[in-house]
Amino acid sequence: MTLKDSRNKLQESINQTIDYVDSLLKAEGLPIIKEQKTNNPLWVDVREIDLRYQLPVKKVERFFSALKEGKILATKCPKCGAIYFPPQDDCPNCRISGLEWVEMPTEGELITYTVINVKPPSFSHYGDYIVGIARMSNGVNVLAWVNAKEVKVGMKVKLRVTRREPEGYLTYEFIPA
Amino acid sequence: MRNVAIIGTGHTKFGVRTDVNLQELAWEAIKQALEEANLEPKDIQYFSVGNVGSWSAEELPAIVVGEYAGLCPKGTMRVEAACASGSAALREAYLAVKSGEVDIALAVGVEQMHQSPNPQVVELIGRAGNYFWEFENFGLTFPGYYALHATAYMAKYGAKQEDLGEIAIKNHYYGARNPYAQFQKEITMEEYLNSRMVAYPLKLLDSSPITDGAAAVILASEDVAKKITDSPVWIVSQGVASGSANLSRRTDYTHIEAAYLAAQQAYKKANIEFENAWKYFDVAEVHDCFTIAEIMAYEDLGFAKRGEGYLLAREKQTYIGGRIPVNVDGGLKAKGHPIGATGVSMAVSITRQLLYRAHKGTQVDVKNGMGVAHNVGGTGHYAYVTIFSTRRPST
Ligand SMILES: [Zn+2]
Repeated sequence: MTLKDSRNKLQESINQTIDYVDSLLKAEGLPIIKEQKTNNPLWVDVREIDLRYQLPVKKVERFFSALKEGKILATKCPKCGAIYFPPQDDCPNCRISGLEWVEMPTEGELITYTVINVKPPSFSHYGDYIVGIARMSNGVNVLAWVNAKEVKVGMKVKLRVTRREPEGYLTYEFIPA
Repeated sequence: MRNVAIIGTGHTKFGVRTDVNLQELAWEAIKQALEEANLEPKDIQYFSVGNVGSWSAEELPAIVVGEYAGLCPKGTMRVEAACASGSAALREAYLAVKSGEVDIALAVGVEQMHQSPNPQVVELIGRAGNYFWEFENFGLTFPGYYALHATAYMAKYGAKQEDLGEIAIKNHYYGARNPYAQFQKEITMEEYLNSRMVAYPLKLLDSSPITDGAAAVILASEDVAKKITDSPVWIVSQGVASGSANLSRRTDYTHIEAAYLAAQQAYKKANIEFENAWKYFDVAEVHDCFTIAEIMAYEDLGFAKRGEGYLLAREKQTYIGGRIPVNVDGGLKAKGHPIGATGVSMAVSITRQLLYRAHKGTQVDVKNGMGVAHNVGGTGHYAYVTIFSTRRPST
């Protein structure tokens, strides 16, 4: 299914519900349905909310611009040496900000994984996907999709930048090393 | 600091509870607890409400419940610690009484997840970790987070799918005997093995369901408790800890570090030896949102050595009559898991067990008069371990 198809499908099911509530309102004057399994009367909300958050990324913007250069960056505290991935610009241990940007190593070893069979609706346009956690050669763990046919704990993986289709945004993934 | 006792308990039927709304559901549990303690709403001096919400419409559940249950104008707050919100609500009320702020407090946990369609609940619950780095980009689901632990545990210790199945079978066995349970039905190993995969290696029958339900407890200081009841159940101690939001920031996926730390704290305060912890308790309630979570709980609570928790399951040592009975009310797996209510439900189950008031076929032998509840929020993001006793703790 393409992204557009899945969005249309979602919108279609929302429209169906709205149409149904509208017809109920016209006929009965009340948006009350009988739940299929229990026959309990349920008031179907006549208000709706479309949640799409806007997440501030200013302090780690460098991470995203580096993806365009094919690099995956972490931050490093110049004082205590802690490496942060996902990156953050503040070291709580040393209470300093403006950490250094360092490149993450590409070599890692898969320490665990799962295959997501039952997906959230917003991921329903993908096939079953593998999510893994790998310990990278600098000792820092990374969680990402594993782009591989077969996986097992202990396998060597490579971390790389990828373009997530069908949305087309830059992110990162593991592939077999 | 004062001793704190449970003097009243309330518990609704768990399951699809669309016959009531959120506050009506909470009231069912609160009413039962008030009746047990022979108190009126006005006697409650403070109340906390465990509720995660987002799938249900009310944004301010504490006051909606408070108004309906006649608890206003007493002080309150909604308490959120993901799947451990119930224990967090219990903690809030416990500390209010223990500190001397109030003499009588009520903790209620309530969740109505069936106000939203199931796919939307999957979507919302998948965000319970680090939203951006784990959900937005990689679409983890709640079973997925625990599946990452199951894979690591099975690879390290050689546990088999059937070992996970033993947990589901046990909890359904007891759920079948608990009239409050969502699933009052036993399952076989064959049914377990044939159930569909939701997040490899976890199957549908490894997973707790989407549940509506409520539970309540009334807590009182020692002086007040003695006047109200001859059979108080004391809260001996509680340990509480947290774990990183990003799973990738942890080093190990074969146990829940926060739960282990919470157990250490609770045991230390109660003078319990970790290695022999199971000998102190007559019954345990542990957080089996997924079967693997119960196995890790055995180890994090010291009931089994590291890497041997699955053997307890394999040898059926956690049935009544075994080393230590665990989740003999059906656990989250069969009793159901109304997120914000679960921790309070555990406290209700243990209180009733220790007072020989459990349902037929689920009553344990009470020898030590002690029980323990292990409640985990998220995937070890929050953890609460609470110890209960019929014997008054020395202060
Ligand atoms: Zn530092």
